Amino acid sequence: MSNLAKYFNGIFEGVKSLLIGMRTSMRVFFRRKITEQYPENRKTLYISERFRGTLVMPHDENNQHKCIACGLCQMSCPNGTIKVTSATQETEDGKKKKYLVKYEYDLGSCIFCQLCVNVCPCNAIEFTNSFENAVFTRSKLVKQLNQEGSTCKAK
Amino acid sequence: MEKFLDYYSLAPVFQWIHALLCGVMPEALALCIEGLAVAVVIILLYAILAIVLIYMERKVCAFFQLRYGPMRVGKWGLLQVFADVLKILIKEIIRLKNSDHFLFDLAPYLVILASILTFSCLPWNNGAQILDFNIGIFFILAASSIEVLGILLAGWSSNNKYALIGAMRSGAMMISYEISLGMALITMVVLSGTMSISGIVESQANGWNLFKGHLPACIAFLVYLIAGNAEANRGPFDLAEAEQELTAGYHTEYSGMHFGFFYLAEYLNLFIVSGIAATVFLGGWMPLHVAGLSAFNGVMDLIPGFIWFFGKAFFIVFLLMWIKWTFPRLRIDQVLNLEWKYLIPICLFNLLLMVVLKVFGLVF
Repeated sequence: MSNLAKYFNGIFEGVKSLLIGMRTSMRVFFRRKITEQYPENRKTLYISERFRGTLVMPHDENNQHKCIACGLCQMSCPNGTIKVTSATQETEDGKKKKYLVKYEYDLGSCIFCQLCVNVCPCNAIEFTNSFENAVFTRSKLVKQLNQEGSTCKAK
Repeated sequence: MEKFLDYYSLAPVFQWIHALLCGVMPEALALCIEGLAVAVVIILLYAILAIVLIYMERKVCAFFQLRYGPMRVGKWGLLQVFADVLKILIKEIIRLKNSDHFLFDLAPYLVILASILTFSCLPWNNGAQILDFNIGIFFILAASSIEVLGILLAGWSSNNKYALIGAMRSGAMMISYEISLGMALITMVVLSGTMSISGIVESQANGWNLFKGHLPACIAFLVYLIAGNAEANRGPFDLAEAEQELTAGYHTEYSGMHFGFFYLAEYLNLFIVSGIAATVFLGGWMPLHVAGLSAFNGVMDLIPGFIWFFGKAFFIVFLLMWIKWTFPRLRIDQVLNLEWKYLIPICLFNLLLMVVLKVFGLVF
């Protein structure tokens, strides 16, 4: 190809590739926008099920949870976020058995590593995806996970 | 035809106001007052357009990037730019210890002066042109080159390497692109046969120059858009600022309203480039007419001239924003290559083609 042909070819090739670029960006211009308008879109907001927002202890309709107060979660927690208070009672067949009195969880120091959930032998605790955790004082972040008057579900 | 040129003309209104003022005071005083009123109108229009353009730029940029842009301050973020203007007005203007204070303070005013001078040449409506004389196009080119001086002074007096490099690049680029900008406009002057802005607009009463001049006019339009984009210092030719390399280029050291002047001038230059393109190529305030469709032409005539002018200008503004947010920045050698090896030969050839077509009566 002679230099002159190269020169003109370069111009047309250049214009062509620029037009392709402009066509692409115009398509993007009319595409649906991906920005989430957060407080306004609360009703339609989708947060992944696996998102670790806060730790909860699910209770069934009889106000029963699955925690056997073994304290593994407390031991595995790297931050000392969980505090399990237990007591012992004697069952009908004369065995001594631990039961849960108070399960305290400090959201303020939790690093959401999920070690407590993984270590739990009874799947008594889990992370939910509710993430709106802001409060005005730190003391409000300390939560009691077992409900008042709840008992452990028999296996 | 006579009737058509009167289309929504504002000249009688201004003559009436002038006569009214002359009735109660000497003519010199009346002219003085009118001049002041026009100056206030220009500066207000300048500020309002800057706000509109900044809002538009942020929205258009966001849409090209799959975002919404400002949404929080006011409905659809409409008050965002007003808030920004308020903020910039109350910011301190910092004076650097080792800068050349006189030139440092002078530079933003030179830039804004060039911008406002060019701005006042635009034909807003029939009879509503502020600066209009027989060498209008030359005046626009001359006034807009004052801006280079302001940018070079800003870079030099800042005593900062980023600013200096930005200013030098900008100087090299703007001086080069003025040549093809000028030649693209001269091509259209050949077609219209006049240099006065109002004359150019009136010569397009029977069809816009882009259609009348077919091939050479289209080439000139493309070259004008490229060169105009470079003149306005906007991407893909934003070497003068080049955030990633030079922080902010020539206005790195400016703060407060002095920075605001550069910012305003940048956006208004975008509008001025678009406005001149709308005037020279798309018929200024002339409505769109298709020969033979008199009903369609009648409807088009009902729309006032300033709406036509703003519509065309903002269409080209959008075109330039589309280009800016599509293409990456060029290197300085690529920019100068494009100008000296491609645009200038094309322009020279195009000018010759236009003259030949005009002489042989092959344009409409």
